[in-house]
Amino acid sequence: MKAANSSRSKSEISFIVNGDRKTMRVHPMERLLDVLRQELGLTGAKEGCGEGECGSCSVLLDGILVNSCLIPVLQAKDSVILTIEGLAGIAELNCLQEAFLECGGAQCGICTPGMILAASYLLQHKPQATMEDIREGLSGNLCRCTGYSQIFEAVAEASRRKATA
Amino acid sequence: MVQYAAGKLPARKLVSVWNLPELRRIETFPDEIRIGAGCTYTDLRQNAIIRREFQLLANAAGWTGGIANQNRGTLGGNIANASPAADSLPALLAYEAELVLVSVRGERRVPYVNFHTAYKKTKHAADELIRAVCLRRRFLDYFCYSRKVGARRAQAISKVCVAALGRLKGPIVQDLRVAVGSVAPVPLRLVETELVVKGKAIDQALLSVAGRTATAEISPIDDIRSTMRYRAKVTGNLVAEFLQKLAASAKNE
Ligand code: FES
Ligand code: FES
Repeated sequence: MKAANSSRSKSEISFIVNGDRKTMRVHPMERLLDVLRQELGLTGAKEGCGEGECGSCSVLLDGILVNSCLIPVLQAKDSVILTIEGLAGIAELNCLQEAFLECGGAQCGICTPGMILAASYLLQHKPQATMEDIREGLSGNLCRCTGYSQIFEAVAEASRRKATA
Repeated sequence: MVQYAAGKLPARKLVSVWNLPELRRIETFPDEIRIGAGCTYTDLRQNAIIRREFQLLANAAGWTGGIANQNRGTLGGNIANASPAADSLPALLAYEAELVLVSVRGERRVPYVNFHTAYKKTKHAADELIRAVCLRRRFLDYFCYSRKVGARRAQAISKVCVAALGRLKGPIVQDLRVAVGSVAPVPLRLVETELVVKGKAIDQALLSVAGRTATAEISPIDDIRSTMRYRAKVTGNLVAEFLQKLAASAKNE
């Protein structure tokens, strides 16, 4: 895809990512995932499938959970993006991270940034998420290691802690 | 985007219609709702009228991909992409949706039922944009049934998916609409099956005739997700299951 785009015109695109304004010249049909990883060095979002099936490229775009491999960067123009790197340091991440660690929710870690973003999006909308909500909220994120139960348990645990915090 | 990134889309000028307010609203009129083609599955799932009056569509929106896909995928995109396996399209067939198409030549309204002419082919002209999907608000008293059969609930393309509506008068089936995805080159309304059932009371004999008619009406294929035989059998079974539940719904009243 690099080759296909390089010959065509680039344009200036600007957005805020993890609190910082970034402006760059890119081809408008470049995938947001590639711009984040290659132009901005934010490699927390991973490419698993490149077709919207695995969720490992999840980011929050204007507060909405999306698969960044499906977003032409022009549609992210002037938006506010949060990647896993930006979530680090926020209390919510700590809570989720701890729960993931304790429950064994991460093994190889490829799916983990996406899982954490999807989980944080879920808990933001449904702080008292039921197991059914959790299963649905994370249903777009595939994991090849854990078998999911530990991940669901981790999110349930984080949700309980948030409720009592 | 996937096809573009793989270099499979012919190079031409593209225009982004994402998030245009004119395409992103759901308008409510006394006799119909008009869903902007740019509404996402999340928009559909959250709309109170769709949840109450058009459950088949709300259910299908909830089956589509995962949450991230539902936040970005649009109803218009699903129609234009014209996959026979698209989850929301059988619901549109069952509700006898109409599409509003727009171009510099003006607007026209076309019934959705014959919109897909062949595998991945539709009736809209090269310069036309799908603007809205219109649904008549007259299905509140119908029994509705929808079911997706796939490898897993989310993030799996259907092997078979069914959207069906039925209304009884006493024991007699007064009206019936059955639509199926993934079993033919286009999403299909099972017209023959509907004819066989309409005007009759549901009994064991009718269930088997309906199942057989449905199986004969579709033209499923073998692919990576399933086989022809499996799809044919399951379609027949789902039609029978729908009718059984329809009959039971009367007894519960
Ligand atoms: S890489 Fe984007 S969903 Fe798999
Ligand atoms: S921990 Fe390895 S894919 Fe989920």
